[in-house]
Amino acid sequence: MQKVIETLLIGLSTGSIYALMSIALVLVWRSTRVVNFAQAGQAMLSTYIGFEIASRSEIFWLGLVFAIAAGALVGAGVDYFFMRVLFKHATSGPAAVVAPVIATLGLLGLIRSIVGLTWGGEFRSIKAPASTDGFTVGDGTIPFSTLDVLIIATVSIILIALALLFQRTNLGLALRASAYAPEIAQLAGIRTARTRTIGWSIAGGVGGVAGMLVTSNNFLSPYSLDLLLVFGFIAAVIGGLESMAGSVIGALVLGIGLTFILNYVGTSLVFIGGFSVLILVLLIKPDGIMAKGKARRA
Amino acid sequence: MSGLVVNRLSVSHGAIKALRSVSFTVEVGQLAAVIGSNGAGKTTLLRALSGLNTQTSGSAQWKEREILGARPDALVRRGISHVSEGKSVIAELSVKENLVLGGIWRSKKSDTSAAIAEVVELFPVLGQRMSQSADSLSGGERQMLAIGRALVSRPKLLLLDEPSLGLAPLVIEQIFATIDQLRRRLGLTVVLVEQNAMSALEIADFGIIINLGEVVASGKASELIDDPVLRAAYLGY
Repeated sequence: MQKVIETLLIGLSTGSIYALMSIALVLVWRSTRVVNFAQAGQAMLSTYIGFEIASRSEIFWLGLVFAIAAGALVGAGVDYFFMRVLFKHATSGPAAVVAPVIATLGLLGLIRSIVGLTWGGEFRSIKAPASTDGFTVGDGTIPFSTLDVLIIATVSIILIALALLFQRTNLGLALRASAYAPEIAQLAGIRTARTRTIGWSIAGGVGGVAGMLVTSNNFLSPYSLDLLLVFGFIAAVIGGLESMAGSVIGALVLGIGLTFILNYVGTSLVFIGGFSVLILVLLIKPDGIMAKGKARRA
Repeated sequence: MSGLVVNRLSVSHGAIKALRSVSFTVEVGQLAAVIGSNGAGKTTLLRALSGLNTQTSGSAQWKEREILGARPDALVRRGISHVSEGKSVIAELSVKENLVLGGIWRSKKSDTSAAIAEVVELFPVLGQRMSQSADSLSGGERQMLAIGRALVSRPKLLLLDEPSLGLAPLVIEQIFATIDQLRRRLGLTVVLVEQNAMSALEIADFGIIINLGEVVASGKASELIDDPVLRAAYLGY
């Protein structure tokens, strides 16, 4: 029984980080209709900057703040200098569908090269902001640590802040309206292009947090966030790609599910487990768990 | 003072000219009905006037200032509101959020609250459903919400695209009566695009008949209704 509970807790901590990555993907998808593969690179670059600050100042949280700022800036930059230009040139036909996807993949490679040139390819790590020693329960220790508590708390705060932003503010309303119905939003007086850039920047900042948290007890390299992107994407698909709440639920389910596989079956099956979930969702409920009846868009 | 002056307006969709050299004037406070069959270019005309269509030539002025080339969000700030075709509400948002959206460009939230209160007074049915999703409304209610959203921005020029589309005859009658009341009460200038020629001309001061992207007739609404040639050819009754 104890093993079940500790697996649940670890799964919650893992899943909460997936949730951030998956929200970053959902935000971009619903405003721009692009699965942003470059998000792994954007988050990785933000994390390198956060690491740099965290290791110099020896304050993890200062590093986190810089990672958020860097992520937000990079996200806005990618939309403003990259996506806007791209959409101006590829407005219809197959090019409009394929070009953005290829572009984000290219961007991922580009960011990777820039990071490699700047920081080198070797693994880096920082001192975790809290103890990674597991709590003592009875006679033994469980793998769940203070750091995991901190991760769950940080993610919860960010999720609450995002929920308030999206549900309670005019900016949030503008972001939702522009995502659901860009033309109506425009006719209501919203500057939709600018709103979209703000959406990309929020996604970038959230991605930066995901990168910092997942790496707080791990190594950072130009490739180290790829798996996070994959799991974040699977979580987003479980949630239907449109819904932030859905993607959070998807991420928690995925995090807990994969941790169970890890603890009870073995490391080798985690990756297969993730993809099996992806394929199952696409076969059984392609619009995601939050879909009710017909989808608004194909 | 002249309100909307459209002069030799042409609009293309790629290589196709959807509108050819259209000219007309709508005085301030008047309601102009733009009549024509499907594909005549009515929607294209409205989309050019609200800044959604940008492949335009010629000129269109509102109160002596050019509107072609301006972005939709800038035109909203100049008092031009466009209710696009097909009950243009955002189904994922609540009724209240749809209304708030109409005033979202303002920096002062209190102005929007006041405007929403006025709209609710005009459409009491919306007031009872503020927290419901727009998806739950009936067709007629949705159309009221769409018009209501546009009114929250306190427009001076209202562009209405087929408000009767997909509504039951009784509801259509209501909607047209409401539009007529509204514009008198608020002193609105209205361009109303309709396939439903008779109902539109009945509340209009002025009618413009468009066919295949060109104006084929225009004049006082009452005269258009009585013209036997037009009746047979374009008004379809």
